[in-house]
Amino acid sequence: MSFLSYFINGISLGSVYAIIALGYTMVYGIAKMLNFAHGDVIMVGGYVIFQLVFALGVHPFIGILIAVIACTVLGVTIERLAYRPLRMAAPLAVLITAIGVSYLLQNLALLIFTSNPKSFQSLINVPALKLADGALVISGETMVTIVVGIVIVVVLSYFIRNTKSGRAMLAVSEDKGAAQLMGVNVNGTIAFTFAIGSALAAIGSVLLCSAYPTLTPQTGAMPGIKAFVAAVFGGIGSIPGAMLGGILLGVIENLSKAYISSQMADAIVFGVLILVLLVKPTGILGKKIQEKV
Amino acid sequence: MALLEVKDLHVSYGMIKAIHGVSFEVNQGEVIALIGANGAGKTTILHTITGLIPSTQGNIMFQGKDITKTQGYKIVSLGMAHVPEGRRVFAQLSVYENLIMGAYTRKDKDEIQETLKKVYKRFPRLQERRNQLAGTLSGGEQQMLAMGRALMSHPQIILMDEPSMGLSPIFVNEIFDIIKEVSAQGTTVLLVEQNAKKALSIANRAYVLETGNIVLSGNAKELMNNDSIKKAYLGE
Repeated sequence: MSFLSYFINGISLGSVYAIIALGYTMVYGIAKMLNFAHGDVIMVGGYVIFQLVFALGVHPFIGILIAVIACTVLGVTIERLAYRPLRMAAPLAVLITAIGVSYLLQNLALLIFTSNPKSFQSLINVPALKLADGALVISGETMVTIVVGIVIVVVLSYFIRNTKSGRAMLAVSEDKGAAQLMGVNVNGTIAFTFAIGSALAAIGSVLLCSAYPTLTPQTGAMPGIKAFVAAVFGGIGSIPGAMLGGILLGVIENLSKAYISSQMADAIVFGVLILVLLVKPTGILGKKIQEKV
Repeated sequence: MALLEVKDLHVSYGMIKAIHGVSFEVNQGEVIALIGANGAGKTTILHTITGLIPSTQGNIMFQGKDITKTQGYKIVSLGMAHVPEGRRVFAQLSVYENLIMGAYTRKDKDEIQETLKKVYKRFPRLQERRNQLAGTLSGGEQQMLAMGRALMSHPQIILMDEPSMGLSPIFVNEIFDIIKEVSAQGTTVLLVEQNAKKALSIANRAYVLETGNIVLSGNAKELMNNDSIKKAYLGE
């Protein structure tokens, strides 16, 4: 029974990674860049919620809504100011800029909120589910996280495949020039992708801070890297891949903590990543790199 | 007034000048061929007209309006479609989705369906394969899809870049027949081709491009009989 409980908690943690990984994978798929500041957008979302809900007493629902809006604006602003001027630049320049933005956000948070950890109370008010006479307890956070993760992936997949803006995103991800010839505003589409990714980051911050209730300026860094690993694991650029990668990562991490060693858990996670990439360099659901005829 | 008028166009890639003051015009209803060897600047000119790359000097007028500085994504809604070199269909979208992408800037759903029917009628093979991913089509079918996709925007003028490239002779003939048909139905065509013989056989007028300059222009039939053209481009 304890295995099942570790496993379910792993899926829950994995769903958080997956939601964050979606932001990485969509931005990579469409702009072909790694937005390393994505994890720090989560941290900003956490502070926005903390300030609103715990310091000012705003209703949690409104607090989350404002955090989503704030992160969306932040993501679009970062894209406009830091990444768009580099659209034609070498990928390495963009990567270094992204790391720079990440440090900028962390240090701004350090200046404004100091390094003292803020203790976050769970915003999720769902009673725990007790199964098998209390031998298996699934917390409300766990259930909400898993459900939210599934809903996001389903809605996002539907949106991309079946709406005009979604198809425009697919077209831009494949060939920016050809998409432009169809009349697609490429810069607008990329900004829109950042908006979606950042809004998801805000939702990720609610779930993350509800499960791990300490908030510091570095809160977003490690989950950000793990989510990036999840995206690569599943096949970067692929939405189901991000979901699968996230959940696998969460499960492997939780089971390693439970049965092997909690210190070694991260090493095991990254070790599995290396193994997967050795066997399948494009990730589990990654597309083969197409050769142009 | 010409439908499309290019005046003293200059284009550079960084320090390297690719186009040195090219001027030409395309009148309503014409088929105009732009011929020249590899690297003469044919594709660059088309890319500049539809805003994929900026010009350094000169003007591009379309329907009397200066579109030199118009943002690239707004060009297609003005009535100008571009079938790019190498087809560039969206490999991971189905044939149907590719065609619908071609009508991206159009709003009226009924009119889009109407155009789709016409495109399917002209390219029955696209209708047969409408649910297939575009990446799985043969080269000739992809060329048809790229043309169908451009027609979906219901353009006044269609710019075609090397439509015969890499195709078998049977497909080449088919593609040129389709270009004639498109023209006969009232769409103006600006055709860039290395296959000068084929291009001149369907064009009204032609311009010959060499290293970023127009060196010769005139009636297509006359150019076909021009000795230097015969020698350099027609292999006679």
